[in-house]
Amino acid sequence: MLNWDWDFTWTILPRLLSATVNTILAAGLGYAIAVVLGLVLALLQRTRSPIFTASVREIIEFVRSTPLVLQVFFVFYVAPQFGITLSPWVAGMLSIGVHYAAYLSEVYRGGIDSVPKGQWEAATSLNLSTTRTYFRIVIPQALPPSLAGMGNYLVGIFKDTPILSVIGVAELMHAANSIGAETYRFLEPYTLVGIIFLAISLPTAALIRAFEGWMRRKLGLT
Amino acid sequence: MTDETHASFPLRLEGANVPMVSFRKVTKRYGSLVVLDSLDLDVAEGEMVTIIGPSGSGKTTVLRTLMTLDSINDGVIYVDGEPLTHMSDGTKLVPANQRHLRKMRSKIGMCFQHFHLFPHMTALENCMEGPVNVLGLSKKEARERSEELLRMVGMADKRDQHPSRLSGGQQQRVAIARALAMRPKVMLFDEVTSALDPEVIGEVTGVIKKLVSEHNLTMLMVTHQMGFARQISDRVSFFYKGRIEEQGTPDELFGDPKKERTQQFLSAVREAV
Ligand SMILES: Nc1ncnc2c1ncn2[C@@H]1O[C@H](COP(=O)(O)OP(=O)(O)OP(=O)(O)O)[C@@H](O)[C@H]1O
Ligand SMILES: [Mg+2]
Repeated sequence: MLNWDWDFTWTILPRLLSATVNTILAAGLGYAIAVVLGLVLALLQRTRSPIFTASVREIIEFVRSTPLVLQVFFVFYVAPQFGITLSPWVAGMLSIGVHYAAYLSEVYRGGIDSVPKGQWEAATSLNLSTTRTYFRIVIPQALPPSLAGMGNYLVGIFKDTPILSVIGVAELMHAANSIGAETYRFLEPYTLVGIIFLAISLPTAALIRAFEGWMRRKLGLT
Repeated sequence: MTDETHASFPLRLEGANVPMVSFRKVTKRYGSLVVLDSLDLDVAEGEMVTIIGPSGSGKTTVLRTLMTLDSINDGVIYVDGEPLTHMSDGTKLVPANQRHLRKMRSKIGMCFQHFHLFPHMTALENCMEGPVNVLGLSKKEARERSEELLRMVGMADKRDQHPSRLSGGQQQRVAIARALAMRPKVMLFDEVTSALDPEVIGEVTGVIKKLVSEHNLTMLMVTHQMGFARQISDRVSFFYKGRIEEQGTPDELFGDPKKERTQQFLSAVREAV
């Protein structure tokens, strides 16, 4: 049944591995955007203005309730009609970054809410400004409980990078598709893609768990 | 803060004996629950006043409004002659803005029942946090100040430990040092020994005694330890339903309480021990 061709496997492997670099780059860049923008979204929900908070919440809800692939298409194909033309990479990073920022903001929100009220009050009694209270007292304590969720979304964003192939970002899936189209052989390229994803996801998840423990110890929280 | 203007309250307190802390007709409500009921309370500079009273009588609220952790609904609180909850717009008092609150807050320090040390910082870092980030001291100055205070509370050898490695009594002593590092004029202690095991209560009361005898701090303390209150207070205030039911020197209040409610409370407390 299965006619696995080892010679073919070895010839396509270098091409897939070099596409893996792009996949990692895309996941890394998208995640960097999501990590920072997610924190901004989480903090924006805690301003004194209820209207503002509600609008930020609506935007987050909207992003979370629509498929990522649709958002990618929208930014790449529809935005040019409004005069915004972006390269596949920029469009891809932007949509995946914003999409995951919406999820990460919820993770941060949970982390921030888990910091006891007494910490805020102690900070006030020392007359720390709100900004300093966030960055020196609250966020360092909100981080460890957020790490598990942040790690899940790092793996998630990595697994979602194949979506970028639809707009022509030359990542793993895109490379496998091209190989298939050129050679009419699909078994080897797609199997290899699966193995490469597994080989990166599993150790990453383990590393994140180790990092979480290290972080707790470093912050003196355990 | 209150919306009405306070035409009847002075813009600042002046004269010979201006109290360090002055509550003037202060009312605090949660919905229909009146927690402070037109409270008048003065604390002189250098005075140690202890507040006692039944649960829910508003003791903690007095300290929290003074620390600006809770706002008030009516009246004015003055600290060091200046309005705390309000500020002058030139002719009358208007509710304080954030900037005014920050300025006034620097005169006050507070210690809490559950310490609230910052868990991700060592004892020393806890003490240095305010001096560096609020007072703008250099790391070196802040470190010297903090180390001296940690020595004073007997925690110098634990200065590099995180709170999770310290006992309750040790954490509370660090919390006292942390508050003192800001050089407040007024210190507030809210049941600082209530969460401690009996055998370590002495460590903390010892530090407070030292403060009373060696420093000219104005202090307001809430405690359920009547013996301690009697020993170190200049004045004891018995709170009942958001008002001062009776107050006097420790000997007057504990030795010869005049009001029935005070007598009932004190005998109930004695039976519980
Ligand atoms: N945030 C709040 N919302 C509603 N009610 C509150 C709030 N904070 C305090 N109260 C109520 O205000 C009243 C006075 O509270 P406070 O903490 O000042 O009492 P206390 O004298 O310190 O009592 P205890 O000895 O139990 O500490 C209580 O009835 C309490 O339930
Ligand atoms: Mg209380």
